[in-house]
Amino acid sequence: MLFDLPPRYSYGCMTDWLIQQSPAVQATIRVLVFVLPVLIIVPGLIWWERRLLSWMQDRIGPNRVGPFGLLQPIADGVKLFFKEDITPAAVDRLIYFVAPAVALFPAFAIGATLPWGPHYGPLMHWTPIADVNIGILYILAISSLGVYGVVLSGYASNNKYSLLGGLRASAQLISYELAMSVSLAGIVMATGSLKLTDMVAEQMKPLWGWDAAAVFQNWFIFTPFGFIAAVIFLICMVAETNRAPFDLPEAENEIIAGYHTEYSSMKVAVFFMGEYATMFIFGGVFATVFLGGWNMLPVNWDVLAAQVPAVAPFARVMDGANYWLAPLWFLGKCAGGITFYIWLRATLPRLRYDQLMSLGWKSLLPMAVANFIVVAIWIMCTKLYGPAGGWISMFVALAIIYVLYLNVVSATSKSGWYAQGRIRMTEGAEKRRPIALVDPSKEVRP
Amino acid sequence: MTVFMVLSTIAILAALGVVLFSSPVRSALCLVFNFFTLAFIYFGLKTELLGITQIVVYTGAIMVLFLFVIMLLNLGGPQTWKERFEFRTVLGFGFGFALAAVIASQVFANFQYFDKPQAPDSFGSPQALGRVLFTHYVWPFEVASILLLIGIVGSIMLAKRKL
Repeated sequence: MLFDLPPRYSYGCMTDWLIQQSPAVQATIRVLVFVLPVLIIVPGLIWWERRLLSWMQDRIGPNRVGPFGLLQPIADGVKLFFKEDITPAAVDRLIYFVAPAVALFPAFAIGATLPWGPHYGPLMHWTPIADVNIGILYILAISSLGVYGVVLSGYASNNKYSLLGGLRASAQLISYELAMSVSLAGIVMATGSLKLTDMVAEQMKPLWGWDAAAVFQNWFIFTPFGFIAAVIFLICMVAETNRAPFDLPEAENEIIAGYHTEYSSMKVAVFFMGEYATMFIFGGVFATVFLGGWNMLPVNWDVLAAQVPAVAPFARVMDGANYWLAPLWFLGKCAGGITFYIWLRATLPRLRYDQLMSLGWKSLLPMAVANFIVVAIWIMCTKLYGPAGGWISMFVALAIIYVLYLNVVSATSKSGWYAQGRIRMTEGAEKRRPIALVDPSKEVRP
Repeated sequence: MTVFMVLSTIAILAALGVVLFSSPVRSALCLVFNFFTLAFIYFGLKTELLGITQIVVYTGAIMVLFLFVIMLLNLGGPQTWKERFEFRTVLGFGFGFALAAVIASQVFANFQYFDKPQAPDSFGSPQALGRVLFTHYVWPFEVASILLLIGIVGSIMLAKRKL
């Protein structure tokens, strides 16, 4: 590590000053440093989404206000401020006004345990805002509160379509939370801690536990179980933030605009602000848990400097950049997450409701549970037989689960055992259809 | 202490709101708020795991289902009804006070040794809780998990006519 510090080391005047403050003041300062930027970034995200989406759809997009249309979000904000604020007569007024605020709360509270920078050396006193021993559980808990804003606005609007949107949202969020928590539980087991700083520290160890590969970092997305968990988490995270292709709560061709149909002016802007801030923070959660947190590249620069003397000066510079500019790399990964969201929105059509439910309950949840078992076997066998035994056991377990899965699929599909007459099919199973993005009965043939 | 006073006042007000609001959705919301404030009281006592479990289980899961059911049944309209004076009301109050007195007699006795506002450092940490769950309490823990499994299977059997 770069910093092998004596206990009475002075960290430089700003950090020294921060440490001397009372804990409450420290927390307030950290909030100001790491939450305000999220607020400021939201208009930029909206601009980025509109420009990138139009580029992907072969359009131009907003390019008139300011250079590259960068001031467009400000113009939009001014427009929203001066629009007439209509409150329908039949709404439940108290809940109607409270709902947008409730929707905004989790968006800003959720980032409190995310480490924006290193957990050692002088920067450790700045971030995360609260390094509690329940870090990842906190994020899951607060993200589960996101459903309230949607449900309450749907109910209070006193409108059939809004209510449908709210009900859809609550069903969707409850379904996808499960798979999300189980996929993260595997990572928690591999780390042995719920702290997000510990997760980042675990990912800075040598790749796959090989000391020979100590130059590379063991980001969880490079491990087999971590990769599966990452895919599951990514899908659930899109569903949790109500984004395309999971934006059924606001599907405009079915239920107008869903839960925010009856909202106008700044209230609708508040909903959108919450949505974009949540997307941004979820990108950060994904980066922290699977992509090595604040690290720039999956390389341990100090090990590289020690092992390859020829590149030592370069590696030292990179080590410094990796450490001191950590929030910048983290921000970059969050931006990558947002770009992925936009890419999905431009690529995939919206799911049908039954597809949404069967994907969540029949595919993602069993996959996450199987992955959880594989991680447990891997940890156990590594403790008993060393790293090699652990890796072999993991692949054997993955193979067994895959074979089991194939059996289940062939047993439940029409070309499998049932169709061959080995097992009798009950009436309900015959009618089951495989998941397809286009309903085959309604497909238009040219 | 100030934090505790403020939070507990809010929690009590929310609890009163649960009973006094006539609209079921507002009552449910007050209950959500009450659970949420309780979680913050737990945070203040340095038992983060307990607090976060409170939010995950009650605020995040159970109350969402409550709201879901209330909205599905559309219990929206405030209903008022007048009850005649009955001896059952008096009896109800009497039993209520008796229950409160029984609970209070058990709880208040412990308050005389109460001098620390926070739990000791490793009390209720995930590590400590996990160790206790999988060593000393492993039997009740597993039995409870089987009970939950039976509950799931039973609800599926009830909901699905044909399997």
